[in-house]
Amino acid sequence: MTKILTPIDEFDVVTRDGLWMTAADAERVTGWTLKPEGMCRAEACVAMPASAVKGTEVDVEAFWTKLGGPVIASEARDVWALGAPADERNAALEGLQAPDFTLPDIDGTPRSLSQLRGQKVFVATWASW
Amino acid sequence: MWQALYDELKDKNFMVVAVAEESRGADHARPWIEQAKSSYWQLVDTEHRLEDLYNLVNVPQAIWIDEQGRIVRPPETAGSTDHFRRMDLKTRTMSPEDQAERLAAREAYLDAVRAWVNTGKHALPADAARAGLPKVTPQIAEARVRFRLGVWLRAHGSTVEGDRQMNEAINLHPESWSLWRQAADLDEVGKASGPDFWKRVQALGERPYYPPPKL
Repeated sequence: MTKILTPIDEFDVVTRDGLWMTAADAERVTGWTLKPEGMCRAEACVAMPASAVKGTEVDVEAFWTKLGGPVIASEARDVWALGAPADERNAALEGLQAPDFTLPDIDGTPRSLSQLRGQKVFVATWASW
Repeated sequence: MWQALYDELKDKNFMVVAVAEESRGADHARPWIEQAKSSYWQLVDTEHRLEDLYNLVNVPQAIWIDEQGRIVRPPETAGSTDHFRRMDLKTRTMSPEDQAERLAAREAYLDAVRAWVNTGKHALPADAARAGLPKVTPQIAEARVRFRLGVWLRAHGSTVEGDRQMNEAINLHPESWSLWRQAADLDEVGKASGPDFWKRVQALGERPYYPPPKL
């Protein structure tokens, strides 16, 4: 099993030769679906080079790189992290719709920004350090 | 930290969400959170997800979000000032004048939040809010993912490799105080405000550590 970290989640996935995995796992991890046109999410499709698709398997490292997102592996290549593409972050922020997030409170209860729709919200960071 | 403000404004359709950027985890943040006795949300962000989503670089930073979920003020320093840079490092005290100025700046910031909640003042029009957003560069995006991997590796026993990823993240995004200070704290509690921190602060020269909000 390979551990894959995404900006908001983590997955255990069967992979080979890096991040080759079934299209079903690729969809679970990335949210993008393999179609004849390429990897698709909602209306958008990213054409995939023939070298990055074999039957029902996808090279997620190649896909994520093509999407413009950083891909970093641990030395043992057993833990991989997929980062959000810079363009995607900028587009989301410039749209000014506050990106939703879900984080636990001190008792572990998950709380989402979207639960507060209809109120003015002051989000402030702090740290012990 | 925000309890008085929240108590004053909570009946006006207002919420405070305090997010601890704390890779040591919830238990490490717990004493501060319990001491704060807050009735607003206190969330724990071990992976610094909020900093990734909103392109944050320091604490405290705040984002103002209106009833429709729109950002009406981009990330800015939330009430802190640079007066600490002039403190006497031996006694860890500030001059009375600096203390007074610091308090006044904090009060002015809280007044701005009050005015926003009461009258809508200080909410920026879309183009101004957009203009205040710092750009995410490919280097910052890579710094975030290396930091994420570093936190994970450290939490799973690979301290040396985790530190290596974090150091690469810091080199890729040197403007982020949060990345540097969190990594220093994971190395050793207290290091984030130790001699290396002060050296980095001094290296800023005329540049601000806490850029003042443009209210």
